[in-house]
Amino acid sequence: MKLNLKIWRQKGPNDKGSMVSYPIENIDGDMSFLEMLDILNDQLVEKGDDPVAFDHDCREGICGMCSLYINGEAHGPDRGITTCQLHMRKFNDGDTIYIEPWRAKAFPVIKDLMVDRSAFDRIMAAGGFVSVNTSGNTQDANAIPIPKDDADEAFNAATCIGCGACVASCVNSSAMLFVSAKVSQLALLPQGQIEAMDRVKNMVAVMDEEGFGNCSNTGACEVECPKEISLENIARMNREFLKASFVK
Amino acid sequence: MSKSVLLKSSLAKKYWMALTGLFLCLFLVGHLAGNLQLLKAGEEGRRAFNEYAYFMAHNPVVKILSYLTYISIIFHVIDGFLLFAQNRKARPVKYAHTRPQENSSFASRNMALLGTLILVFIVTHMQNFWYKAKISNGPFPLHTLVKEIDNQEYDPATGAIVNKKQDVKLYLLTNGQYQMIDLEDKDNIELRHNTEIYSKKLDVKVAEGYKDLHSLTTAFFGHDNSKYGFPKNDLATVAVIFYVVSMLVLIFHLWHGFSSAFQSLGLRSKKYAPIIITVGKIFAVVVPVLFAVIPVYLYLTK
Amino acid sequence: MSVLDSKIPAGPIERKWTDYKNKIRLVNPANKRKIDVIVVGTGLAGGSAAATLAELGYNVKAFCFQDSPRRAHSIAAQGGINAAKNYPGDGDSVFRLFYDTIKGGDYRAREANVYRLAEVSANIIDQCVAQGVPFAREYGGLLDNRSFGGAQVSRTFYAKGQTGQQLLLGAYSAMSRQIGKGKIKMYTRYEMQDLVLVDGKARGIIARNLVTGKLERFSAHAVVVGSGGYGNVFFLSTNAMGSNVTAAWRIHKKGAFFANPCYTQIHPTCIPVTGDHQSKLTLMSESLRNDGRIWVPKKMEDAIAIREGRLKPTDIAEADRDYYLERRYPAFGNLVPRDVASRAAKERCDAGFGVNATGEAVYLDFSSAIERYGKEQAMIHHMTDATPEQIYKLGRDLVEAKYGNLFQMYYKITDEDPYVTPMKIYPAVHYTMGGVWVDYNLMTTIKGCYCIGEANFSDHGANRLGASALMQGLADGYFVLPYTIADYLADDIKTGAISTALPEFDEAEKSVRDFSERLMNIKGTKPVDYFHKRLGKAMWNYVGMGRTEEGLKKAITEIQQIRQDFYNDVKIPGTIEELNPELDKALRLSDFLELGELMAMDALNRSESCGGHFREESQTEKGEALRDDDRFAYVAAWEYKGEPSQAVLHKEELKFEVVKLAQRNYE
Repeated sequence: MKLNLKIWRQKGPNDKGSMVSYPIENIDGDMSFLEMLDILNDQLVEKGDDPVAFDHDCREGICGMCSLYINGEAHGPDRGITTCQLHMRKFNDGDTIYIEPWRAKAFPVIKDLMVDRSAFDRIMAAGGFVSVNTSGNTQDANAIPIPKDDADEAFNAATCIGCGACVASCVNSSAMLFVSAKVSQLALLPQGQIEAMDRVKNMVAVMDEEGFGNCSNTGACEVECPKEISLENIARMNREFLKASFVK
Repeated sequence: MSKSVLLKSSLAKKYWMALTGLFLCLFLVGHLAGNLQLLKAGEEGRRAFNEYAYFMAHNPVVKILSYLTYISIIFHVIDGFLLFAQNRKARPVKYAHTRPQENSSFASRNMALLGTLILVFIVTHMQNFWYKAKISNGPFPLHTLVKEIDNQEYDPATGAIVNKKQDVKLYLLTNGQYQMIDLEDKDNIELRHNTEIYSKKLDVKVAEGYKDLHSLTTAFFGHDNSKYGFPKNDLATVAVIFYVVSMLVLIFHLWHGFSSAFQSLGLRSKKYAPIIITVGKIFAVVVPVLFAVIPVYLYLTK
Repeated sequence: MSVLDSKIPAGPIERKWTDYKNKIRLVNPANKRKIDVIVVGTGLAGGSAAATLAELGYNVKAFCFQDSPRRAHSIAAQGGINAAKNYPGDGDSVFRLFYDTIKGGDYRAREANVYRLAEVSANIIDQCVAQGVPFAREYGGLLDNRSFGGAQVSRTFYAKGQTGQQLLLGAYSAMSRQIGKGKIKMYTRYEMQDLVLVDGKARGIIARNLVTGKLERFSAHAVVVGSGGYGNVFFLSTNAMGSNVTAAWRIHKKGAFFANPCYTQIHPTCIPVTGDHQSKLTLMSESLRNDGRIWVPKKMEDAIAIREGRLKPTDIAEADRDYYLERRYPAFGNLVPRDVASRAAKERCDAGFGVNATGEAVYLDFSSAIERYGKEQAMIHHMTDATPEQIYKLGRDLVEAKYGNLFQMYYKITDEDPYVTPMKIYPAVHYTMGGVWVDYNLMTTIKGCYCIGEANFSDHGANRLGASALMQGLADGYFVLPYTIADYLADDIKTGAISTALPEFDEAEKSVRDFSERLMNIKGTKPVDYFHKRLGKAMWNYVGMGRTEEGLKKAITEIQQIRQDFYNDVKIPGTIEELNPELDKALRLSDFLELGELMAMDALNRSESCGGHFREESQTEKGEALRDDDRFAYVAAWEYKGEPSQAVLHKEELKFEVVKLAQRNYE
């Protein structure tokens, strides 16, 4: 298949950047999207051009490193997958494909399609944990029974891979889905409830400081999330925060 | 309660949006209930509506609610603009190509735009009616109730003096009673502050009349109410279209806003989400449609 | 006496670790504040070590090449984590887990290390639950266990098919807590380039800032390398694209011995390669073998017809299918250990029965499981006269509940619906048991330089059992290293901060810079991946599932040739001091090109078959792996001498005091 790629090129954080067209041929439907970019990059290197910088690592949809805003959607047109799991069979011969980096003030572009998502790490460092030392001298794992539904719900929230698609898709660049997934996971478990109030307040405070936008409940994040994290987590965080604001 | 958190945090801003929004939904219901009186035919309707308008303007509870409504609107608007400005700042470089329709509804993404249009509507609407009824000091025709009256009998329902086969003008007294007053009796009667009727001799307020909002409204939407002192509105067609379109905008705003408020307040859960969403959508359509029916009806029945 | 001192404590095996911990030297809290530790890698091992060391009070500097410590490749582990909790009451114990691991490793691991691993395994589960790791639970609210990889007891804890992710996020959250407190200074998008030795001790590293390309110096009193395995030497593997051997290899070049590099685990259930464009392979959880039956056509003409697209697998009659694992290993059937299952698939495909266009795939078929479950469900629902369609539907629903996410993943990648047509699978490189040699303290042959997790060689022998990698990574990081490192650091309480201005740092930085410049100045014609793919092919063909003396010798010359071509013809765009992913790749490949040769040398030296290492010259009449305990019951630790070919072999004899050596038999 023959494609016309329109890729955001930006030399560095301070460069203005622009969309550049790259025609590419002989793309097979079985290739993953990133393999298609690999081919483009090999061609660019052979021509002596600067290859397109993009983040990727595990290429099986779990590390959360790959990003890319493809044809107007985070992780492209398919649902429930990351860019590395997107296959070229989703496109047609002759298609024009727009490839852009995540766009958010809190995710500054490093180069081309690579962005800096360390804001997420800083939010996590503000409270995304249970304050228990790793000594292993805790009580027996089965000492606290947890209802299966709660455990499953916590698991579903915990499957967040921190890719940032929620922020990228959100018309407001809000990080609520990411933050609420962690808040929810720990609020649903007895181990996490002890610090739940401080956690939600501290994480939200850092989230605001980092310059993410405000949630307006559009639900775009849930649709584009490769792990299909539910909007319900955002409601739960709103609840937790409200409670914390009144109590503490 | 940590006050700074409830004012500054992004979540708190959403709480205020949600609370004021839901309150304004309640207001809509109250407003609609009154406005529906406009659909009642004839003098009966005119009186019902004007009585309602009078009640709304004079009941102390309603008064508090109305101040709350003003505050809610102002807060909703200011908070909304603050959020909008922050959200714009959160994405300084826009996407070259984006397909948001794939993941979210038009309404949800454009609440600020829809809200602004609604604000324009509110301002216009208030200028059209509220200002004239409440603020403006210009002469404002009062409601003249025309009744068929039996000879000197009292109407058990209203306590008004009734007189057979005679058109009389009734006004509500300050004590809630009705009294016959001849406004043309310029020697004894004086109209002050538009609606207050004073006895010249005694310099005492003897009665208070309705401002005839019903006639104002029907005239606004095209009725020839010159007999009541309201000239016909030449732009009635434009007004009707504007009002209907505004209600369409309100449908979109509520379509997202209603359930969104519950989400913001953390009141949505897997179990209740479907109910909230369904109720929200019904509310979003029914209330504005009923509002819109009124000008259309009035326009068509002129 | 070997130069290798494993420092295994004396005493009975079940007392060794406890007694040793009781006697080990400690560093008091006030002194810990004066001590810096560098941790390279933030996977299960590195992440848990960094968090624990920081909690204890050391100043930790942690490094990862990804943009966040949460992305290390431990995250991709699917199946679960073993622990000798015996919650199901099915007879598990520390001893059984120890024994199974030694046996599963084909008797090529150290008893004392493995016993310690089994001992601390239960703590890991307690620890993770306390951190909020959402393991699967039963309706009663207690933790659920499953049997995994053919173990006879259910000792595997899991979180759906994302156990690695949940455990890593647990370690990451523990790290985040310390990052928030300032006890861990986190360096993301940094890659270690060299180890700095001062007076023979590890005292720092030179790391490349991958965003600016600049080299930076970091000093510490000890350096811990937890940089993972080296499966990417095969180019195609289930490892992440960035997974590399650089940190481990650079410490090897500075004096750390590299042990058993030839032990490579080839996982039997991966999605087959479709073409040359492929950049990586995707693993399908081993749990699929619990219900899927593996087969190829019995008749050659059917296999050919399938490869040419003239026949579909569903066209092949039951009688014409060869369920070769059930045929060869009736006792274990489809649940034989990974190495056995992988080799059997290769054997069938080499014999010409492979089923996709490349001829390198076998079927994993769920149709009989769907039918069996369907009938079971029909019984449960009292549907005595259920139609075949109803039965299929019931069975399909149950299979979907168990494996739905895996089936979906398969469908997304291959565009084939595994409910309708059997899955195609083929073995792929998955894990490397070999790694940097460490003693009982997890210290390498360099003083003050430790190696943990997959990067070291210690616990899995020649083959790793399913759900044991996560166990080892966390055991090393949470519960072993934090104790043993104190014994070394106790000498450093008066040392004070190490200056990065020492001449040793100058020298190390210069050599790294010179090497980068050398690569940049080649200005050849081929991109880095061209050489990596060539290396991968040579490795897969000669140092893959079946190895021969002839092949290995060929591999050595071929790899040398590829290395030479690489240094003559690689083309790296851009400059050193900028974000340059091609240079990153080239630097990593330069190490793989040396490691590959050492792997072939090690495989050549080990002329027995054991675990993941199968020498075709050493097999039983039935084609099973044949160990040679008399000659090879040792750890092969290689010392770097300038060129891989000059590496010197040191042997650490493996003494089995508890377990009796026996030939593995799954028939």
